[in-house]
Amino acid sequence: MIAAIVQGVLVGGTYALVACGLSLAFGVMRLVNIAHGDLAVCGAYLALMAAAGFGAPPVLALVLVLPLAFGVGALLQLTLFERALRGGELAPVLVTFGLSVVIQNLLVTGASANPRSLDGGAFALAGFEVGGLTLSWLRTAGFATAVVVLGSLHLLLARTGFGRRVRATADDPEAARLSGVRVRPVFACVAGISVATAALAGMFLGLMSTFDPYSGGLILIFAFEAVVIGGLGSLWGTLAGGIVLGVTQQLVALWDVRFAVLAVHVLFFGVLVVRPVRA
Amino acid sequence: MRYFAVFVLVLLASVPYTLGPGVEQSLVTLFSLVAMATWWNLLAGFAGLTSFGQQAYLGVGAYGLYVLALAGVDPFAAIPLAAALAGVVALPVSVAVLRLSGGQFAVATWVLAEIFRLAVTLSPGGDTGVSLPGISGYMPLLRQALVYWCALGLAAGSVLAVWLLARGRYGLAARAVSADPDAAAASGVRVARIRRVAYCLAAAGAGAVGALLFTHTLYVQPGSIFNVQYSVLMMFMVLTGGLGTVEGPVAGALIFFVLQQALSAHGPWYLVLLGAVGVAVTLFAPRGLWGHLGRPLFPIAHLRET
Repeated sequence: MIAAIVQGVLVGGTYALVACGLSLAFGVMRLVNIAHGDLAVCGAYLALMAAAGFGAPPVLALVLVLPLAFGVGALLQLTLFERALRGGELAPVLVTFGLSVVIQNLLVTGASANPRSLDGGAFALAGFEVGGLTLSWLRTAGFATAVVVLGSLHLLLARTGFGRRVRATADDPEAARLSGVRVRPVFACVAGISVATAALAGMFLGLMSTFDPYSGGLILIFAFEAVVIGGLGSLWGTLAGGIVLGVTQQLVALWDVRFAVLAVHVLFFGVLVVRPVRA
Repeated sequence: MRYFAVFVLVLLASVPYTLGPGVEQSLVTLFSLVAMATWWNLLAGFAGLTSFGQQAYLGVGAYGLYVLALAGVDPFAAIPLAAALAGVVALPVSVAVLRLSGGQFAVATWVLAEIFRLAVTLSPGGDTGVSLPGISGYMPLLRQALVYWCALGLAAGSVLAVWLLARGRYGLAARAVSADPDAAAASGVRVARIRRVAYCLAAAGAGAVGALLFTHTLYVQPGSIFNVQYSVLMMFMVLTGGLGTVEGPVAGALIFFVLQQALSAHGPWYLVLLGAVGVAVTLFAPRGLWGHLGRPLFPIAHLRET
């Protein structure tokens, strides 16, 4: 029981890591990126390619994957999302959904539909004991990474000049522009960060379990549930949401593992019904 | 125009006597695509709600039909009942999902479809799929013809129903809601009710399509009927045809049908193309093929801007 809760908290960290990029893009650009999960899966595939190509372990592959993912995110914002966001409320949903279909099927053509996983070596399998509980290094590292990433994002947004520009743009892009903020680069950076965190999370998910080109859908749904359960637009809320998801999943799995994902979805609907309506 | 439509319908209705089962089979697919796209368009094009979860109601329709047929109701008579069931299921669901809008509504509806899929998969014997009971009494040729006429009736009825809805008071209010919910509310439109009606009607429409597909294939599996791929198709058809027009989904269904016949052998590349066309149309031609090129056959606006 205690073990399940602790495991749930650790797994929840990884969910929060996927979710924070989604939350950030929504908070700043009002963009619900349906392709977010697929971009995370791309991160896992990139790490896989780096491992196959240069024999690099996944952690070193990050040096390559993260800047690339940042660039891809910025590019997507400047080419697709920016235009879509000008097209009303439906356009971003449709464009990112279309992008998701394109990514999934490009992955199928490039890497086949077979499930894959990342080989984290001895580190991924090893664990350590704390107070009678055996914890996996990998899950602990995933949780720690999530906390560090969320903390850095928080500091970046709250304490730096860049963060002030982001918050100003999120509040009112027009007013921010009038005050001299260059909105396009700000949005491009936010989209870049969002995709980079997705790729990072995708790599952890790829180390923890198998993935295939269609995994993005469920990853998106989990990330979205974490964001909604935690409360929209709050990074620490997203962490809490991810942890609630993880713990629910692990506790239900104690009883019957087949019902774990269903329970998470039902919980999400419960929260949706009882939470106050967004202003 | 009206006479032409009746003529086309009579011509199509005679297909089982003239062109035979091969054409019949393809047209059933086309008609179910038309109905699917038309109801998705009521939601997205008129009420401004993009759902990625209409496959939930395809499944409710199909499994509703299964339960009814198991209870001894004639499968064809049970199709409208299954559709009504989907509409009724949508009512409590709408309380939760309509608290969201835009992309959040889209993902929430998708979660709902996942809940239904998992619930059916986890029910006893649910994961392997079921065959339609009570259908063996029909001779194959008659069964296929009945499925065909049901499909034709459903497609024509859906287009007519959405047209009548869209051109009337309801359609005006729905378009006001999708253009600007706050302004619509300020003008006395009951926003929540407009959205709820669209959501439940679209669910019933999807339920009818799901039940029909079941009578066509005679077999249903949770993994396929609850697949999000159906939402990809609905989105593609409505976008390419013309979002928010009555003719658009029909044109989109035709385009998709032709593409499917020509390209589906190319597997994933064909889906890459669908996704890319969907993105391109949204960005560069948001009114779709019909909106840009066609003249309204089913006008919904009472005043044309000059």
